[in-house]
Amino acid sequence: MKTLEEIQKIREEKRKELDLRVNTKSDTREKHILVCHGTGCTSSDSPKILETFRKIIKEKNIENVRVIKTGCFGLCAKGPIVIIRPEDTFYAMVKPSDCEEIIQKHIIEGEVVTRLLCKDIDGKKAQSLDELSFYKKQKRIALKNCGVIDPENIDEYIAFDGYKALEKVLKEMTPEEVIDVISKSGLRGRGGAGFPTGKKWELTKANEADQKYVVCNADEGDPGAFMDRSILEGDPHSVLEAMMIAAYCIGANKGCIYVRAEYPIAVKRFQIAIDQAKEYGIVGKNIFNSGFDFDIEIRLGAGAFVCGEETALLESIEGKRGQPRVKPPYPAAAGLWGKPTLINNVETYANVTRIILNGAEWYLSIGTEKSKGTKVFALGGNVNNIGLVEVPMGTTLREIVYDIGGGIPNNREFKAAQTGGPSGGCIPKQYLDTPIDYESLKEIGSMMGSGGMIIMDDTKCMVNLSKFYLEFTVSESCGKCTPCRIGTKRMLEILEKLCNGKGEEADIEKLEILAQNIIKSSVCGLGQTAPNPVISTLKYFRDEFIEHAVDKNCRTKECKAISKIEIYPEKCKSCGLCQKVCPVNAIQGEAREKRAINQEKCIKCGTCLASCPFKAIG
Amino acid sequence: MENNLINLTIDNQKVSVPQGSTILEAARFAGIDIPTLCFLKKINEVGDCRVCLVEVEGRRGFATSCIQKVEEGMVVHTNTPSVLEARRVVLDLIISNHKVECLTCVRSGNCELQALAKQFNMTDIQFEGEKVEHEIDDLSPSIVRDFDKCVLCRRCVATCKKVQGVGAIDTINRGFESCISTVENKSLNDVNCTFCGQCIQNCPTGALHEKESIKEVWAKLKDPDTYVVAQTAPAVRAALGEEFGMPIGTNVTGKMVSSLKRLGFDKVFDTNTGADFTIVEEANELIERLQNGGTLPMITSCSPGWVKYIEMNYPDQLAHLSSCKSPHEMFGAIIKTYYAQKEGIDPKNIYVVSVMPCIAKKFERQRTEMQNDGMFDVDSVITTRELARMIKQANIDFTSLEDSEFDNPMGEATGAGAIFGTTGGVMEAALRTAQDTLTGEDLQEINFEEVRGGKGIKRATVNIAGKEIKVVAASGLANAQKIMNEIKEGKADYQFVEIMACPGGCIMGGGQPIKSSKERMDVDVRKLRADCLYSIDEKSTIRKSHENPVLKKIYEEFLENPGSHKAHDLLHTKYQVREKYKI
Repeated sequence: MKTLEEIQKIREEKRKELDLRVNTKSDTREKHILVCHGTGCTSSDSPKILETFRKIIKEKNIENVRVIKTGCFGLCAKGPIVIIRPEDTFYAMVKPSDCEEIIQKHIIEGEVVTRLLCKDIDGKKAQSLDELSFYKKQKRIALKNCGVIDPENIDEYIAFDGYKALEKVLKEMTPEEVIDVISKSGLRGRGGAGFPTGKKWELTKANEADQKYVVCNADEGDPGAFMDRSILEGDPHSVLEAMMIAAYCIGANKGCIYVRAEYPIAVKRFQIAIDQAKEYGIVGKNIFNSGFDFDIEIRLGAGAFVCGEETALLESIEGKRGQPRVKPPYPAAAGLWGKPTLINNVETYANVTRIILNGAEWYLSIGTEKSKGTKVFALGGNVNNIGLVEVPMGTTLREIVYDIGGGIPNNREFKAAQTGGPSGGCIPKQYLDTPIDYESLKEIGSMMGSGGMIIMDDTKCMVNLSKFYLEFTVSESCGKCTPCRIGTKRMLEILEKLCNGKGEEADIEKLEILAQNIIKSSVCGLGQTAPNPVISTLKYFRDEFIEHAVDKNCRTKECKAISKIEIYPEKCKSCGLCQKVCPVNAIQGEAREKRAINQEKCIKCGTCLASCPFKAIG
Repeated sequence: MENNLINLTIDNQKVSVPQGSTILEAARFAGIDIPTLCFLKKINEVGDCRVCLVEVEGRRGFATSCIQKVEEGMVVHTNTPSVLEARRVVLDLIISNHKVECLTCVRSGNCELQALAKQFNMTDIQFEGEKVEHEIDDLSPSIVRDFDKCVLCRRCVATCKKVQGVGAIDTINRGFESCISTVENKSLNDVNCTFCGQCIQNCPTGALHEKESIKEVWAKLKDPDTYVVAQTAPAVRAALGEEFGMPIGTNVTGKMVSSLKRLGFDKVFDTNTGADFTIVEEANELIERLQNGGTLPMITSCSPGWVKYIEMNYPDQLAHLSSCKSPHEMFGAIIKTYYAQKEGIDPKNIYVVSVMPCIAKKFERQRTEMQNDGMFDVDSVITTRELARMIKQANIDFTSLEDSEFDNPMGEATGAGAIFGTTGGVMEAALRTAQDTLTGEDLQEINFEEVRGGKGIKRATVNIAGKEIKVVAASGLANAQKIMNEIKEGKADYQFVEIMACPGGCIMGGGQPIKSSKERMDVDVRKLRADCLYSIDEKSTIRKSHENPVLKKIYEEFLENPGSHKAHDLLHTKYQVREKYKI
């Protein structure tokens, strides 16, 4: 147990000690080697790197150097990442065998190991993290502590204003005042739908009951999205603290975080956070002598996408089959075990303490008119810098793709960005300059969703893409209601027909009827949004659907059943390479003759395409 | 609060309904019909099928009218083009994944999906595609599951779990692959199913039905060397007429007997007489237990679903069960011994067919305990529904049949035997006999109103021969569970318990005519059928089992007296500890 004074003392002393983490000009003689321990870097051996650094330091008896595990730095494609503070040197794709050189050259001799620096978009090697264009347009609020602190050390969290917001709330503010700040800040749910957070708190508070609950939805299920995981892995206390603030506001004393079991590191770190907070008396009875009690437990999800839907999540916590409930009643009125329940997403919670400490005005100054603050996106697909980015609302897609993401590999053309995962849609090229917020995305037929953003270049077939998302929804439908259970399956069957050249134009109309009715008739958000990927691609890429249905042609050649691979005679230089690599001898032609493909034999494997030095095959 | 009226508009009609009403209820109140499929009042209110969708102004998406509550000022539209289209698409999708074999389906003509298809004018299916295919489970003696006809309404799941407290079935798999199944996808025969058949009663389609025994009965009827005897349970006569369009609760005893004779049964007997035997034996057993410190409370044993339930779930409490066989088993035993002897027929040539409101009787019939001299007491069990099918097959115009009497010498039964078919009836009949036996008088106060009515658990204290006896009548296995837990925890202060597996008793048994969920919203089927039995009782000249002259004669000539050695051999049984799941 720690008193408030003791916690304040830790905060001051630790903050001084950790100044070098955030201040490149720190005059300390210490150096901190930060090794990313997010899931991405961990799976490419970062724990071994940490261990190697520590071993060398011990062997060489080097003083004033500490090796620290941190959460994710965001530029996952360049992992494992090692950062040395205070100078902020960013080493990319580090291997355990590089540790010796880093210690010798960087730490002992004071020279940067140039070969391990990260190449920026302009081809130059960036000397520090700040120099990388990937980070320049980002603004880290939810991810503020990720990559800065050791997530398994509560003192480091406390050092950077940890539990200060809770203290402020419990000591100085009434629940109404806190809710007022959250409402004024304009914070909206980051889980997808963007419901005003303050309003949700207020509604849950207003429902009287002997028991209420706060729940954190960490069942991040969108393919490609991993911001919630990163927050839990990099800064678990910020979520815990926010849940406690929320509990205080709505009159709950029990919390539950529902995390996917596929996130073992996040689960472990959150448990450590709970244990440490309990040890300090921050979680428990009569917290900070305020009379407020709080206890929390972790519930593991088994990986069903639908359990990210709030009522299915509640059913799952209660030990039932993960199926949504019909709303209303909403969880604010009858949630977990039938009691008023507040459910917020991880990223939403991660904003709360910052808003309490910096004030609603500060938060209001970031973002667009209706969407305030920042949003974390998991940037993936055909883009150079794959990773996690946090940008102010209103940042344009172009800025994210080209400035932060470093553009499309191989200088190919941007075709579309898919946002919102299986519930979202595709944003075509003409909207590259749309400032991204909840409303604008909805207007152009997509949605914010949890923040997955998949960039596609011109090699991607949009019919095939919508088929991919429907496959996901069909396999993740819980089976409760008819439109989602059978309707999405029928949509998928039509898309399969189109991709296999067995469709017809009338199928497109059928798709539309199904889509519209599934949206209106399904029980939950999963079904109500499942047709979105099809609707938006139909809206912007209808010609591709018609090509598939009528011409039996896939322009990208992704749909193999209806794509022909041909050799363009005008480009063919008769080199014969393609003939050599073809596994089924489908390429005909004598030496010094232009080659041609026997379509009957061709299996459309694409080997010849890659082999041609003259781009004469397509 | 509950009395507060909520004002809303449905299809431009102003409606005021009590707070807490659903949109569906409000609409029905206003005379507006909204189709439903998965909805089953108080049992399955889940909003899965999406057939009952309506538009509520100001609300995104459609509202689920079967569960969503009315709100003040709500404006509802039940038949806009977009609502109608949505419902049609939903129905189209359901049918697209349905094994459409209506012509040969047991539920043809009484299928809620078929009725909707007709109502929606589904002359073609727009969204055809892959259908799920499963093996038919017909391994149990009672229930057949044909999942390919399932619409995943989950009415069966809710019934099994909530009404019966059994939970033998639930949804497995996800999405399109979802299906209703058992633990490890075993046959119903190998799990904790009690064969009560309430799932069949609540299934809107032909996905669940009884295991038919019609063919074997026809075969025996055709065979000149077999002496085929029919016996009919009390509840059958109160419901059989419904299968021929007669009002619920019409007493069709005479027509039923005529039809059985027309079908070619050599003799038609009344299981009510069997019930009289059960009463006499059971009352005797109760008195004995009361007087000699036997295990109390004594619990009735005439409901085979209940017996299977207690064998599986409370194996350490079997001593509470009365050792009496159920009426048709007792009667079967008497037919194959006393009657065979008397008529000079080789019992091996007698084939006893029980017409029952019950499908668990099909299971009970083949229990190893239910035989004598290597012969089963009863050879075949057909349900009320199956009898109706046979009558139709034989082109018998049921409604215009003249009445006939049951055959003698076993034809006479009492009013006490008749009320056996409803919850509380066995209790009442037994109390009538017990009080006369204990007082040695012919008492005239014989209506035990306390144990009548549709409540799931009815507790009463009755004064018998100056002694207070506490009794309980429970129907529905979830209610049975409550009573058993009281007994197990030592909290039972009652001496006699009547339990029937089906809610409402045999009149609502798993073999009875199936009523659509819509019909059940307006009509109390249980009450109408129960009233029929009570009226038979009222009109009976003899209303006490022990006064049945047939019984008196048989005891005199053959069984000696109730509880005699011979009576035990023929009319009593044993129970077994039964594993819930066969591995």
